[in-house]
This record gives sequence, C-alpha cells and structure tokens, in this order.
Amino acid sequence: MREISLQIDGRDVAASEDMTILAAAQNAGISIPTVCHHENLQPFGGCRLCTVEAEAGGRTNLVAACIYPAQHDLVVRTRSEQIDKIRKVLTEQLLAHAPESEVLQNLAREYHADKDRFAKEPSFCILCGLCVRYCAEIKQKNAVGFVDRGPNREISFIPEIAATECWDCKECFPLCPTSALQAAFVLMRSLTAVRSSLTSESKKRDATNSVAQRNRHNGSPVAGDRDGALPEATMQR
Amino acid sequence: MINSPAELEKLRQEILAKRDPGTTRISICAGAGCLATGAGKVIAAFTAAIEQQGLQSDVNIKGTGCPGFCERGPVVVIAPEDVCYLQVTPKDVPEIVSQTIQQKKVVDRLLYVDPSKNEKAVREADIPFYKNQERNIIGSNIKIDPKCIDDYLALGGYSALAKALFQMTSEQVVAEVKKSKLRGRGGGGFPTGIKWEAARNAPGDTKYVIVNADEGDPGAFMDRAVLEGNPHSILEGLIIGAYAIGAHEGYIYVRQEYPLALENVGIAIKQAEEHGFLGSNILGSGFDFNVKVHRGAGAFVCGEETALLLSLEGKPGEPRARPPYPATRGLWDKPTNINNVETWANVTLIIDKGADWFNQFGTERSKGTKIFSLVGKIKNTGLVEVPMGVTLRDIIYNIGDGIPGGKKFKAVQTGGPAGGCIPEAHLDIAVDFDELTKAGAIMGSGGMIVMDEDTCMVDVARYFLNFLSEESCGKCSPCREGVKQMHRILTNITEGRGKQGDIELLEELALSTRSASLCALGRSAPNPVLSTIRYFRDEYETHIREKRCPSYSCKGLVSYYIDPEKCGACRICPRECTSDAIIGEKNRIHVIDQAKCNKCGTCFEICPARFGAVIRLSGEPVPAPIPDEMRVVVRKRNAKREKQDA
Amino acid sequence: MDTERIERIIDNHRCEPGSLIQILLDIQAELHWLPKEALAMVSEKLDVPMSRIQHTATFYKAFSLVPKGRHEINICMGTACHVRGAPRVLEVVQNLIGIQPGETDAEMKFSLGTVNCLGCCALGPVMEIDAERLGKLAPATTAGLLKDYD
Repeated sequence: MREISLQIDGRDVAASEDMTILAAAQNAGISIPTVCHHENLQPFGGCRLCTVEAEAGGRTNLVAACIYPAQHDLVVRTRSEQIDKIRKVLTEQLLAHAPESEVLQNLAREYHADKDRFAKEPSFCILCGLCVRYCAEIKQKNAVGFVDRGPNREISFIPEIAATECWDCKECFPLCPTSALQAAFVLMRSLTAVRSSLTSESKKRDATNSVAQRNRHNGSPVAGDRDGALPEATMQR
Repeated sequence: MINSPAELEKLRQEILAKRDPGTTRISICAGAGCLATGAGKVIAAFTAAIEQQGLQSDVNIKGTGCPGFCERGPVVVIAPEDVCYLQVTPKDVPEIVSQTIQQKKVVDRLLYVDPSKNEKAVREADIPFYKNQERNIIGSNIKIDPKCIDDYLALGGYSALAKALFQMTSEQVVAEVKKSKLRGRGGGGFPTGIKWEAARNAPGDTKYVIVNADEGDPGAFMDRAVLEGNPHSILEGLIIGAYAIGAHEGYIYVRQEYPLALENVGIAIKQAEEHGFLGSNILGSGFDFNVKVHRGAGAFVCGEETALLLSLEGKPGEPRARPPYPATRGLWDKPTNINNVETWANVTLIIDKGADWFNQFGTERSKGTKIFSLVGKIKNTGLVEVPMGVTLRDIIYNIGDGIPGGKKFKAVQTGGPAGGCIPEAHLDIAVDFDELTKAGAIMGSGGMIVMDEDTCMVDVARYFLNFLSEESCGKCSPCREGVKQMHRILTNITEGRGKQGDIELLEELALSTRSASLCALGRSAPNPVLSTIRYFRDEYETHIREKRCPSYSCKGLVSYYIDPEKCGACRICPRECTSDAIIGEKNRIHVIDQAKCNKCGTCFEICPARFGAVIRLSGEPVPAPIPDEMRVVVRKRNAKREKQDA
Repeated sequence: MDTERIERIIDNHRCEPGSLIQILLDIQAELHWLPKEALAMVSEKLDVPMSRIQHTATFYKAFSLVPKGRHEINICMGTACHVRGAPRVLEVVQNLIGIQPGETDAEMKFSLGTVNCLGCCALGPVMEIDAERLGKLAPATTAGLLKDYD
C-alpha cells in the first residue's frame, strides 16, 4: 500500500493510500468529532459531525472525514468558522431528539450548542445506525434494522429474531449514544409478550380493522404491532 | 434477424417501398397525457369511422408518441398535408373523415388560432408553438407508433448504430461524443464524453450502461414522452454507448409511475431483440449487448445515480459517498455509466449526424437543444424543445403564449426541487446551464413551472420542502433534520405563525443542510428557499409581520367575505359551496359562516362578474356579518335577469 | 394468502441479482399489499435478511404493508398540479370519502394516496383511479367522478 502525505490543520501527516481522512488524523493524534463512527464497523457517513474542509487542486469541498479517502497533498482543516457553525447546528438538531445524551452534551459544550434551540422530538434515537450495523456486520444476525425514510426513519427490531437472539446478547446496547436502543428493545420485548397472548384476537382484528392502520410511529411497522393492541408505553429507561 | 448493415438498409428500403408518401395517414397522440383526456376513444372513433367508409386499405391510422402540445390535446395530424387538429373529441371524427379525409377540406374550428394575428394555422409546422422550437428529438414523436419498430426504421432508425459498429472504433465513438460537448440532460450537466471516457478507461471486463428514466422532478415529463414515444431512439443510443465503453449489459431504470413507458420500452426491447439489434453478434459486428428493464418503486431519491445503483441491487435507495464515482465503481462495484433518457437520445443524433451538426445549436458552453416541460400558469402547456441560449421570455411568451386569464407573470421555477425561482427582471437571461445557475436556479432536468400573481412564493418554498422531506432517504442528519426544520418553519409562516428571525434561521439551516449533506438532494434542498428569499423577501416579511398573504393563497391567512352592497342573492354560491358555509336564500343577501368556511375559493371564482361580491381578505379582520333584518337585497336590476340566475 | 402465486413470482425473478424490488412490486400488484407472510417467504427464498426486506418495503412508497381498498385513488401533488390547485382536489376527495392520504375507508372500497408526479403535468390537477388517469380536474366536478365506483 502506497505511503502518502497530506496536511491536516497545518501539520504534515503520513498515511497509507487506503486510509480515510479520519483514520489518518486519528493516527496522527488529531481528533475529529464523530457520533456514528466505530472502528470495527464500516464507515457510515450518516451523522456528518466529522465534516471537514478538504482542499485539492484549488477547490475546497466539505466532506465527511470518516469516509473520504486520504489523498496525497490533500489539505485538510478540521476546524473553521464554517465547520464549527455546521457542527453546532447538527448538534442542536440531534439534541432535540436526545437532550440527555452524554455524547451530544459533550459536543454541545465544545461547539456552544443550545439544546433547546429546536422543538423537542419524542424519539430519542438519532439514527446513527450503530446498533443496526453492529448486528449486521459483527453478529450477522440482522435482528434490528432501519425502516421508512426521511424524518420518519426509525430503527425496528425483527421480533422473531430478537425474541431468540437479543436477550442473551445485548452487545449493541453500550454502543448506543442515547440509550434509546435499550428502551426500544425493552418495549419490543413487552410487545412480543403481549402479542402472543392476543394472537387469535389480533388476527380477527386485522381482518376488520381497516381504517387508518397507522400506528403511533406514522405507519412504519414497529415490532409487529399492526393489530393496534399496543400498550400506550413511553420509552421507559 | 439482421446480420449486417447492408441487410438493415435492404430492410429499410423494403419498408419504405411499402409506404407511399401520398397515402393518407392519421396520427393521433397516444402519450399518457392525451390518453388521460380521451385520445384512446378518438383513436377508436377513427378506426370505426374509416372502416365504416370502407377506407381501411387507403388510410393508415396510428397512435403515436407525444408531440408536446399537451394543452391542446388530443392532437391529431393528418398526412401528407400535415393538417393539425387540436382538442379532438370522438364527436368530431365523422366530420374530419368526411371533410378532410374524403374531400381534402379543412375543419376550421379544430385548427389552432394565433391570438395575436387572429390567423388560423392549418399545418402542424405553422403553429407558432411548434414553429418557434427546434424539435430535433421530439419532432419525431408524431411520426412514430412506439409499438412499431418499422416506423422507427422508416425514419432511418439504427443506422447510427450500424455506423458506430462498423465505421467507428469504440474510441472514436467516445471522441465524437466528447467533441459534441454534450452535457448530461438529467440535471447534473456533466460532460457526457468525459464520463464515458472514465468508464471506458476503468479497469475491468464487466461494465454496465444504464438509462436513468426515474424522472422524479415533479412537473417534468420530457423523459416520459421520449421513452414512451420513441423508445428505440433510446435503445439505439444505449447500445452505441455500451459499444463505446465496453459494456455488454445494460439496464433501463424506469419509475413505476410510468406504466405506458414501461409497456412501450418492453415492446421495443423485444422487437429489437427479434431484429438482432440486441443480443449476441449485433448486426454481425461481433458485439454482444443485452438490456433489462427495472422498475422504480416510488422514491425520488433514486434519480440520484448512486441511489439508483443501490435500487438496481434490490436495496433501499440511500445515496453513498463519492468518490468512488460510478464510472470506476458502480453497479455491483463494476465500472458503470449512467445517463439520462434525453442524453441517450442526443447520443443517437450525434453519432448519426455528427458532433459538428450538434454544435451548431446552443451556446459556447451548452451545446445542442433541451426539452423543457412548460407547465403551470401558462397558456400553451406542454413540451418545448429549444436550442440552448434562447431566453426564458422567448419560451414563455413566444412559445408558451404567456399567462392565461389576463394575470401577471410572477416567476418561473426551473430545476425542480433542487432549483430556484426566477422573477420577471431576469426573463431575458439565456437558458443554458451556467446562466441559470448564476441566477440562483439550475437547469435541472427541464421542468419549467410558470407562476402568476396568484402564486404565493413562500408557499412554493414550503411545497418543495414538503416534497423533499417526504423524499429524503433519511440517512444523514443534515438533510433529514435540516429539511424537516426548514419545512416546519415555512409551514408556520404560511399558517400565520411566522416569527421575527425565521428568515435568518432558514438561512442558517440552509448552510448546514447544503454543506454537510451526503448527496445532492440534501445539498440542493435549500435552493427553493434561498432563491425565493433572494427575489421575494418582501413576501416572507409580509407573512411574518402582517400575517398577510399578498397572493391570497395561504388558506390560513385568507378569509372570504360577501360584500352586502354587491351581493345579488343569485344563490349560486350557497349551492356550490363545498362546505355548506353560505347562508343564502332568494332575495336575501348571502352570508359566509366563517367558522364553516374551508377557504376553497369556489365562491370567489363563481360569483357572477356583474356582482363581483365575494372578496378576499388577508391580514385584516373580517367584517362582522350584517344583522339578519338587513339582509334584504336592494333591487336595482330587473326581475328577468334574476330569473336567469336562479 | 395464496403461497403458490407468491412462489411463482419469486421464481420468475429468482436468478436475477438485485431482483428484490421487482419481486415486491409484482407481489404488490398481485395482492394490493405485502402481507408479512409473503415477506417472510421472500426472505427465505432469496436468503435476504428480513431487516433489509422490511427497510426496502417501507422505504419505497409503491409498497403497502396494510391491505388496500378495492380502488386505489392517487392524487398527483407534483409542482405543476400543485400550482393549478391539486390541494383543493385532494381536500374534496378527503371530505367525500372521509379518509386521509395513506388510509383506507372502513368498507375497504377506496384507498387514498398522494403521488409526487405522474408525468401528466400539462393536464394538472391529475388523479389516478386504479390504472385510469383523469386530468384537468376541478374541485366541483371531482365528486361526480367517484360515484361510479363500487
């Protein structure tokens, strides 16, 4: 693998061709904030907190350090007025979902983010995907995945798999930056217990209850609860 | 099966020999648009009428591709004179058959009338809508039944392919496309030849070429018309591209909302395979190429190339980071070249007629023609093909014939949800990639939506952000959260809950969304907001400060009121009211119950002009209803007229 | 649910890589929704994790995970249609049938949805009922168009 040299925050940094900017920076002891990144998982490029300025051939682009390849003679800036502004707004947007998250609160301190800037969203999950990716790539069980898209995007457990795998595993729990994963699992588990006791009732209800079969998650199939027999549970922790 | 260019030419001559140019041919547009306004019944009526008159052997009837004059469809063109009739209904057919087909006389009332000169245009080519265009691509549509390959062959179809395979090396084909300076027609405007070269030079034996027919921009339907109306022209371009790049497999990704395009392209592929234009050893050249059709499943983001690739792989369409670019790592990680439908159509023309021919159209940095879908508040809605460099004013007024209803032009939105709104002051800019970008919009795929004084520009921004929040894949936070926040603020503004500081907050959100988003959807999402703030800031401020919508469009800020001085008690509006909100009896002034009114605006539209009693209010309180005892109508008009109204 | 029909659909596409979406589109066209049992069959036969199928089925708006009515009404909310009054047409239909987009009425007669552009932009507002497209709609006449459906 070819050795290359790039500049990060004014410092010359040696790296190999297959590295990302983030990896090259971490190697050189330069820190770039991340939320969705994990060294054992494929880079995701979802949270965008690691956005940095990368200049090559006279053009500067804003790129995600965790996936952008380190290139020879690339000039990278990890902090600037623009970058800090972006990280501030991103942090504020995520804090609206999970104001208690330690990871986010640390970022808020560094970038002077106001956790009350945006109206609170009752969802806790910031869709970093660490649980989904860990279960897919490391455990290869695919017990949890994403559903829907855009602002309606959520994580969802597959009840049949989760019922047998998750209770004894829970390795994704410590990865969750907002502890919501744990809550989601507990909720799913209780739903599975409720559902199996109501199976015959729910089959009857499925056939006749056809008006507005949207559950409280805007129509996305959270943990097999299409029968409407949901306990009105909030995210207990 | 055709095994050589010579055999192809022989077949072509055979087809032409059977077609007497003097034969009467009735071409009826059978595009999805005209079909939605009854063209199917018109075709059936012609078939029945011709049979009834015993003229089947002398008259040829065909449903064709969309010629673009959608406002006046169903469109019928009768050759060889090329008489063009508009808004034809089945009831008109017997007269057309007896007058035009049998007696060569023209049915005056079905002709286009030029409003400024009060002249009628008999021939298709004389209609200003068509005359002022340069219809290199779309001009063929009315001549082709898309389900009939012979029509395409009769026009010279697949001769460009034969030329590429037998008279040019693959490098020469790439060079010709580069020389043409063709830029992608899907919105990116990237030089096609350079993209091809990158895919061609990428290491690997397995490569793919793809037609992007996802056409997600709402208001744009150019690709639909070309793919539906002339599918072989796209296939031909695709096979040429495959040869140039070294790909042997291709996909046509068609959005599932285009069932007719799917049907016609499927038929075209089968016919092309039967003729030997697809498959192994094409025309005896030794080149193999096969193509499959993939349907989209309702996701605008899949028009983005990396998302499209993932969709082809059976996955959710979440765009991925670039680099690496699809040219080096695309479908299944193999070098892939994706181009838009109109780009592929241009490829066929460029190889057929040469890059030099192509370069005579357009501007220095934007060569060729572009098809635009001219829609919205415009008299002549439809598809318009013009050389790059004509002005917006040319398109809107010389071809579109201006704004209907005597209303005032306000803005033209180009580039879809990634684009911007251009006001009157800039109507004289040349339509090309760079000029539109400078004005704060983009060329995009060609959607051109005209707006008038009744359009609220804040609502336009809200509309686009609503669209984008539904279509965002949700993977990256700047787009998922940023679009949602911007949409929320815009909704609040249009519903009367705007606050001081909202515009500044929108601009701040625009920064992070545009700078940090993973893909072009997020990065361009702020454009509709920023361009409307740039040119129509006063409208934003009026909504926020005065809670008033100057265009009377935002329902939450508009009230309807019947002026007691003008009401003629005609009882039309109580009848037509969609929420039973109007109290109105004979001889008693009508009153709108504000609590029930749903602001649909029907009463405003149907109040007879001589009363003009319904008024719209915004930013001011609605007068209290007049007391019951005063609701007697003062009779100034004679009783006869009243009888006519009731 | 007829498992044989589902099996046939899967087998039709099985050898094509990346055919998941095409298979789901065919099942949706056949059954007018994607029952969980069908998804489980697809997961097994294609050896694709259920989490990916679930994501795909909820990501793409052509799919429905709840049964649809006998007649599917889709109202185009594209820009050209919007500018020409599509929201008012939608309101009329909503009031007439009594449901919001994404819902199905209690008799399973109509399902209402919106779509972001059908490509008939010159004829806006446009509504699609089953496979038929109706253009140049006005709020006043829309109600009449729905009367013929049972």
